[in-house]
Amino acid sequence: MITTEPTKTIDARGMACPGPLMALIGAIRQGKVGDTFEVWSSDAGSKTDIPAWVTKARHELVSVVEEPAYAKFTIRKAR
Amino acid sequence: MPARVTVLGGGVGGTLTANLLSKQLGGNATVTLVDPVGMHVYQPGFLYVALGQANGRWLAQDERHLLRSDVQMLVERAVRVDPSRRTVMLEHGRTLDYDYLVVATGSRLAREEIAGLAEGSYDFYSLDGAIRLREALRSFSGGRIVMGVAGIPYKCPPAPVEFVFMLEEYLHRRGIRERSTITLASPLNRAFTIETTSKLVQPILEKRGIQLATFFNVESVIPEKKVVTSIEGEELPYDLLVLVPPHRGAQVVEDSALGDERGWIPVSRATLQHEQFDSIFALGDATNLPISKSGSTAHFEAPVVASQIAARISGTAPKENYGGRVMCFLETGHREATTIRFDYDHPPVSPNPSPLWHYAKWAFNRAYWMTVPQGRVA
Repeated sequence: MITTEPTKTIDARGMACPGPLMALIGAIRQGKVGDTFEVWSSDAGSKTDIPAWVTKARHELVSVVEEPAYAKFTIRKAR
Repeated sequence: MPARVTVLGGGVGGTLTANLLSKQLGGNATVTLVDPVGMHVYQPGFLYVALGQANGRWLAQDERHLLRSDVQMLVERAVRVDPSRRTVMLEHGRTLDYDYLVVATGSRLAREEIAGLAEGSYDFYSLDGAIRLREALRSFSGGRIVMGVAGIPYKCPPAPVEFVFMLEEYLHRRGIRERSTITLASPLNRAFTIETTSKLVQPILEKRGIQLATFFNVESVIPEKKVVTSIEGEELPYDLLVLVPPHRGAQVVEDSALGDERGWIPVSRATLQHEQFDSIFALGDATNLPISKSGSTAHFEAPVVASQIAARISGTAPKENYGGRVMCFLETGHREATTIRFDYDHPPVSPNPSPLWHYAKWAFNRAYWMTVPQGRVA
C-alpha cells in the first residue's frame, strides 16, 4: 500500500461535535482539488457527521483508522 | 512600581476584566483599556432592531461610564503587539509597555470573502446591517426568505435559529406569512450546532412551517439570479437573503501573528493564557476555543483572566479556572424562549420553550448595562 502525507492534518481531538467537521469544512474551503486532509477526532459524533458530509459534498472518504482514543479520517477534495 | 496591565478591547470581556483587575489589585497595578471607538455596544440587541422590536438607541453607551474611575482608557486603535518586548503600538505612533496583556478584541466580519454577499444579502451582525435588514423587511410583501451561514465559527450560534422563529411571527403579524416561505440553511445536518438543542428546535421549525436545508455551507451569492450556492454543490433561490457573514479575528491579532490562520488566538482552555506567550491572556470571541463566540462566554471568562493575572502579580495561587461555562437564551418566537447552558463536560439540556425565558431575556437585555460590565452578576 502506498501512503502519502496529507496536505493538511487537523488535530481536532478534544473538540466537541461539530468542531471536527467544521474544521474540515473550513480546510476544504481553502484547499485545492486533489488535496487530502487528515482529521483526528475523539468525538463519537464525527463517525456519522464526517462521512455524511463528505458524501453530500461529493468528496472522497479515503480511510477511517481507529486509534485507541480517537479516529483518523482521511478525505480527498474531489471537486 | 505597580504592574502594568493593558487590555485591548472595550466589549464585555475587556470591560469586565479591566474592572475586576482594578478592583482586585488596587494600587498594585495600573490598568489601561484601549478601544478604537470608546463606545460599548450591546450586540445581542441587533436581532431585535432588525425585526422592528427595538431601536438602536439603547444599544451603545460611552465605555468610560462603564469603567471604574481608576481604569485608564485610551480611545485609539492598537495596531501591533510585540510579545518579546511586551509592547503595544497604537495607531498614532505611541507605544505602551505592559507586564500583562489581555486581548479582548472580539471578531470582525469578513464579508469580502464570499462573492456577491455584500451586494446580495442582509445581516444583523452590525447596527447598520440590522437597520438595512429592518428596512428591507418593512418593504417585503411576500416571497422566499432564506437565512444562511457563510462561515463557522460565528458570533451567537443560536441567532440564525432565533431569527427564523422571530421572522415567522413577524410575517404572521404583518399578514404576509401565507405568501412567504422561510428556509433555514444550516451548515450541519441539523438545525443547530448542539445536538440536544437541535432535537428541541427542529419539531418547532416543522410546526411553524419553516423549511430546513441541511449541510448548506454558503459558497457564493449570485444577486442577478437571486440564488445562493453552497460548497456542497446546491443552490437555493431567494427573494430576500439573510446571511451570517464570515468572521475572523481582529486585524491587530493577525498583524502581530498572535493567532492562527484566521486570527483566533490559541489559549489554554483552563487558564486562557496564550499557548506561546506567558504574559498574554485572551478571552471572548478572540480565542480559538471550540465554544460559543458570545458575550456570555466572555462574561464567564473575564473573572478567570482577572484571577489568573491578579494571582501572578500578587504572588498567590489563581483562584479560578475556566470550565467552559456558557449560558444563552434562544428565542422561539410568539413570546417564548428556551435556554442553552453548558460547559466543557456537560452538553445542554434545554427546557421546553416558555414565556418565562422570553421575559427573562428581555429583563437581562434591559439590566445588562447596570450589571454585567461591573461584575454584579456571576
